[in-house]
Amino acid sequence: MHMKSREAAIVAAGCSGPLAISPHLSYKEMTFEAARRAYSQVSIDPRKDVDSFIACEEDLVEGTSITDEYAPDQMGGAQRSVCTVTQDGINALAQAYMQIVAGIAQIAVIESHVKMSNVRNKELLYNMAMDPYIEREFLGDGLPLAALEMRRYMHAYSVSEEDIALVAVKNKGNGLTNPRATFAGAYTTDEAMNSKEIWSPLRSVYVSKPADGAVVLVLAGRDRARQLTDSPVWIEGVGWFSDTSYIALRDLEVANYARGAARMAYRMAGIENPAKWAQFAEVDDTLAHKELQHLEALGIFEPGEAAEVTKKGETARNGSFPVNLSGGSLAEGDLGDTGALLRTLEAFEIIRGGRFERGIVQSWRGLPSASGSVMVLGE
Amino acid sequence: MRRVAVVGAGMTLFRHRMLETGKEMAFEASRQALDSAGLERKDVDSVVLGSAPDAFDGVHMKGEYLTDGAGAFNKPYTRVYVGGGTGVFIPIAAWWQVASGMADIVLAVGEEKMSPLQPHPQYAFWSIFDHTLERPLGVTLLWIFALEMRRYMHAYSVSEEDIALVAVKNKGNAMDHPAAQLPARITVEDVLKSEPICWPVKRLDVSPTSDGAAAVILASEDVARKITDDPVWITGVGWNVDTTYWTNRELAYPEYLEKAARMAYKMAGVENPRREIDVAEVYDPFDYKELHHMEGLLLAGKGEAPKLTKEGVTGKDGDLPVNPSGGLLGVGNPIAAAGMMKVAEIFWQLRGEAGRRQVKKPAKRGLAQAWGDLMQVGTVVVMER
Repeated sequence: MHMKSREAAIVAAGCSGPLAISPHLSYKEMTFEAARRAYSQVSIDPRKDVDSFIACEEDLVEGTSITDEYAPDQMGGAQRSVCTVTQDGINALAQAYMQIVAGIAQIAVIESHVKMSNVRNKELLYNMAMDPYIEREFLGDGLPLAALEMRRYMHAYSVSEEDIALVAVKNKGNGLTNPRATFAGAYTTDEAMNSKEIWSPLRSVYVSKPADGAVVLVLAGRDRARQLTDSPVWIEGVGWFSDTSYIALRDLEVANYARGAARMAYRMAGIENPAKWAQFAEVDDTLAHKELQHLEALGIFEPGEAAEVTKKGETARNGSFPVNLSGGSLAEGDLGDTGALLRTLEAFEIIRGGRFERGIVQSWRGLPSASGSVMVLGE
Repeated sequence: MRRVAVVGAGMTLFRHRMLETGKEMAFEASRQALDSAGLERKDVDSVVLGSAPDAFDGVHMKGEYLTDGAGAFNKPYTRVYVGGGTGVFIPIAAWWQVASGMADIVLAVGEEKMSPLQPHPQYAFWSIFDHTLERPLGVTLLWIFALEMRRYMHAYSVSEEDIALVAVKNKGNAMDHPAAQLPARITVEDVLKSEPICWPVKRLDVSPTSDGAAAVILASEDVARKITDDPVWITGVGWNVDTTYWTNRELAYPEYLEKAARMAYKMAGVENPRREIDVAEVYDPFDYKELHHMEGLLLAGKGEAPKLTKEGVTGKDGDLPVNPSGGLLGVGNPIAAAGMMKVAEIFWQLRGEAGRRQVKKPAKRGLAQAWGDLMQVGTVVVMER
């Protein structure tokens, strides 16, 4: 890795939604709305000023084959360099960063949208992501896998269900002050632990709910970023990583993909102790136990330590290391690969708002994948 | 910007129905590419994969599914996607990973397994159309390409015979390709008499549906020089996507491709592509597309590509050999793998390793191009020895 950090910065971020349902908006309208909001923050004309557009989307979620062909118009990218990355939004952002460092773009736009309310049969969708020869028969919509993983994590590190319920309670509570948090709520641990059991030990409150939304970020090279805004948020490091796609070969108690992505991002940023360096984190919590697993994989806490730290309130809003101040996916909804950009947008706004100067953002592609990304942001 | 070279390439057979799974095909192509460069999986810093519609395989998040086959597990891994243009876009994405300094060695893999979709892979293409305006018409890809072919013929007074010459040339060239699916010695008359599918498109104007995979390895300059004495440099990359609304476009000329080509030429310092490109692998899923694309690539003036073809300029021994591999018409069209096959072919041509397919003209600079989506994307790579 010879790639330098702080060669590009996020200079603007816009979003539409998230919403539980959005019958009043097409995906194109949502993307257009998010793009307009982002572009207006830095007064750029996408048709002239943007060198590269990267969209994040998956065919079967969109219900369209070769869905990348529908990417350009609503973000102003027609007859310009547009491509699609079928990974999470941070992976796409990393590609844009590399384009800027390689010298083929000065301003790049990263877009992702999702309308989960359009997916009639979500169970079948997730089932189709399983290996068709071995796994599809047994793992349904992926939630049995989530339950297996949660159980394995609890067993390996002697974590109780209550510890995991606390994550859901914290994040849904954090969402109460976030206007984007459709699924926020003032839950008690008892309420969480008495919510509907899906597959033991997984309960409905531990699982984030599908949502609709679009996020657009504008990334600019070092000099251009300073021209566009007085408060760029710099990319200190970025990493992305995949574990094996064979579920049976994975160590279910650890998030190897997050560990690999973090290692890569920290190396780029020159970070040796992420817990000391960063002041907050927005991490993937599409399943409540995942927040704990991800915090450990990120090296912010030792393996098995995250539950205890959460119980002590250190990851709470006023704790020593707040995690998912936005409320995360548990409060904002599960936006699939778009969620990575929403986590990034939240971190961008936290840094811009002046509360913190340095943060870590982490994403996971969701069930049944073992791929994810990490980004380190600094003022 | 760091210099980036191609140091190895490999591909599977292209066939209508391969018994291997998608993972196995990706493995075979990747293994060949690694072997050709004397590398192992542990040497690879990052993997970039491309594959077109998930509907072919019936696997959601197909990129994740293919991770293991492409040697990408426990590595940074990205799947990129620009429809039919994906094959040439994969090495573009791999290029920026190396050029930026993120990676020293990137494995770029194109995989496509079209045969699982029953009763025919064409059914995946019904769902590429706009769900509100176009799908209710029951439109197929062949219909819209027939419209484009007809428009091209009309705009430049090009005959069906002129276009058929491309199929004759490419299927003939493929006779020398060991992985080819549909090599053949055919005549213009054979093409003209073949079954009309959607006039003016006839059976022999079209490439087949295929299964296959291809891979190349990219390396930074210092690493490439340790791997081989004969690196092939990627000196220009370009890509461009037009509006989704294809009905609002002038179909006779691919403006988006010209823009992609100009981006790549500017980077490579090419001012007169007709004179400065020695060999080209131009995307030819239909025979008229080779002509259409030659013009968009500025390798021929508007409406002039048929004349160059008729005069033998684009033949294997001509002044501007086009598709010496046999192209998609002869080698086959496993979409993302087909574009990657073109990049591999230019690698082999520039190294003088193309065997009986080797072009007569000394080849120092070559070009690979792909096209796709709703007739809207152009991807271009310029390579030099």
